[in-house]
Amino acid sequence: MLYDIFIDPFVQMYQMPDFFLQVLWEGFVAGILYALIALGFVLIFKASGVFNFAQGIMVVFAGLTLVGLNENGVPAYLALILTIGVMGVLAYGVERVVMRPLVNQPDIILLMATIGLTYFLIGFGEFVFGGEPKQMITEQLGLPTGSTAFEFGDRGLVILQHIDIAAAVIAILMVAALAIFFNKTRIGRALRAVADDHQAALSVGISLNQIWAIVWFAAGLVALATGIMWGARSDVSFALEIVAFKALPVLILGGFTSIPGAIVGGLIIGFGEKIGELYWGGLVGGGIESWLAYIIALIFLLFRPQGLFGERIIERI
Amino acid sequence: MFYREAGQFKTSYKSDQALMPILQDRMGLAAILMIAFVLIPAFANDFFLTSIMIPFLVFSLAAIGLNVLTGYCGQLSLGTGAFMGVGAYAAYKLTTIFPDANVILMVLVSGVFSAAIGAVFGLPSLRIKGLYLAVTTLAAQFFLEWCFIRIPWLYNYNASGAIEIPRREVFGVIVTGAEATPIARYFVVLGITVLIAFLMANVLRGRIGRSWMMIRDMDIAAELMGIRPLQTKLLAFAVSSFICGVAGAMMVFFWLNAAEPSSYSIRLSFQILFMVILGGLGSLSGAFMGAAFIWILPVILKFVPGILGFDIAAETVEHATFMIIGALIIFFLIVEPHGFARLWQIAKQKLRVWPFPY
Repeated sequence: MLYDIFIDPFVQMYQMPDFFLQVLWEGFVAGILYALIALGFVLIFKASGVFNFAQGIMVVFAGLTLVGLNENGVPAYLALILTIGVMGVLAYGVERVVMRPLVNQPDIILLMATIGLTYFLIGFGEFVFGGEPKQMITEQLGLPTGSTAFEFGDRGLVILQHIDIAAAVIAILMVAALAIFFNKTRIGRALRAVADDHQAALSVGISLNQIWAIVWFAAGLVALATGIMWGARSDVSFALEIVAFKALPVLILGGFTSIPGAIVGGLIIGFGEKIGELYWGGLVGGGIESWLAYIIALIFLLFRPQGLFGERIIERI
Repeated sequence: MFYREAGQFKTSYKSDQALMPILQDRMGLAAILMIAFVLIPAFANDFFLTSIMIPFLVFSLAAIGLNVLTGYCGQLSLGTGAFMGVGAYAAYKLTTIFPDANVILMVLVSGVFSAAIGAVFGLPSLRIKGLYLAVTTLAAQFFLEWCFIRIPWLYNYNASGAIEIPRREVFGVIVTGAEATPIARYFVVLGITVLIAFLMANVLRGRIGRSWMMIRDMDIAAELMGIRPLQTKLLAFAVSSFICGVAGAMMVFFWLNAAEPSSYSIRLSFQILFMVILGGLGSLSGAFMGAAFIWILPVILKFVPGILGFDIAAETVEHATFMIIGALIIFFLIVEPHGFARLWQIAKQKLRVWPFPY
């Protein structure tokens, strides 16, 4: 028993390095996708202190809109632009209908409001696009679909899907773009000001409503990118909503307010989950992927209650 | 108009501290109990009992359980569904191991198991707070759900992987299993719910409940004033899980007859959380109102198109229900973030000063 837990997995890793590398790659890709969902959460949390539960369903909704438009005869790139428009309308609507009346309410109320939004979007999405899973239009969007096998010596080979590589590249580009946006542009500075202190930001003439709409729109764009990537790996369906829960441990690992934290947290969860499942999962009957991420996050939290990169929590009476 | 307390004098400390010091409140409660215990069993049909009243009472109890933790002690939990599942599986194991024991007793005892597990998952609450804690309770939710699937001992190695409730009698009346009459089930569920609600009403206004509220309002200050945070929080987790466990056991024993692990999924946790928030955090009557709203509204919505003469596919109705519920949740949060309980209080206040505005 002890041998199975402490020695055997490592022996396997050494003996079959190709399999181990493949697992690492899988973990990396999963981690990138978790990180993308978490990124959407972080954007909104940073700017408005709202824990946006609806990010997962926004991913599904964006993916469905894109595919649904394409199915109805809209060319792929036009559909992409239209979907961006839809996310913009959604962002404005959410700001106008949900966020503005609920300003200054306690966290839990805002959280519930986003869960309400989740329900609404589930119903609306199914109502418009139907409940069946849909195929993502990968090729029409010009995304690569093939795969490359890397051989190394006589020890086996590792297969990399091109779409995964594209996902990683897009994620990195997006983080870079967001970093530039936050640090170098006028709106980015306003966003950081709002994140620091709502009232102070208001008093120097920053429009909270406008900032919130922009942030929700940015989160919508992140959701769209995530939806495309995730949809290309499996398909676009409401099952993705459950996957979005995985972004929560990623978030608390990285800290709610940190963009690099979301990326690092995503990678830790991605690697940990895949390695744990494939090397240790068999010992307890498999399927531990569903909860391992939460336990990893829980253990990290016990040592750093604010997450790896989160701001230190200072409590006063 | 009718709701006036003028002329009701309190002549002793005891009467001043009574659970319901106002006569009209007592009469109202008596009327509600009268309806629940006499009128509904006398006149309701089986459909009304099994698809509205029994689930409503079960969910009310679960909402009371979550309210203890989230509303009174301030610890946000998303693991309610799993704790209810623990109660259900514990009660199932108990009643198959001891087939001759009183099944109502077994349902109540099963809460003890769920309380123990709730306390274990409550341990991180000492260090982790707020939304972070919500995620650790998600760990409980997914881990326990996995246990229900992967540990065959829990469902007695059934091929289906679901638990099916055997037939059990209490004092010669069949209360569980397929042959039990809705009336018998209803009385058992009603009895347990009323009993626990009454107990909690008293616990919550006593020393324990007040210490929970101190922790909720500001835990550091409470600690400085001599409340021990670990014990208090763990007690809240244990009591909350106990009630949720009993509710979960009742859910399968007296309502569904059979349950799969997916019956206790995260959806259930959210449903209960909605009931608590819409009903009003930190209010027992709110738990009942929230449960009524979240459970009964979809049932009504399902029948509205048929009554109005529209012929709409069942799927469309389901989607529309999702949309309406989501929109209503947002609407009520905007109108009154403190829930129906606060609306009711405002209404009572208006009645009290009527016909003057204040």
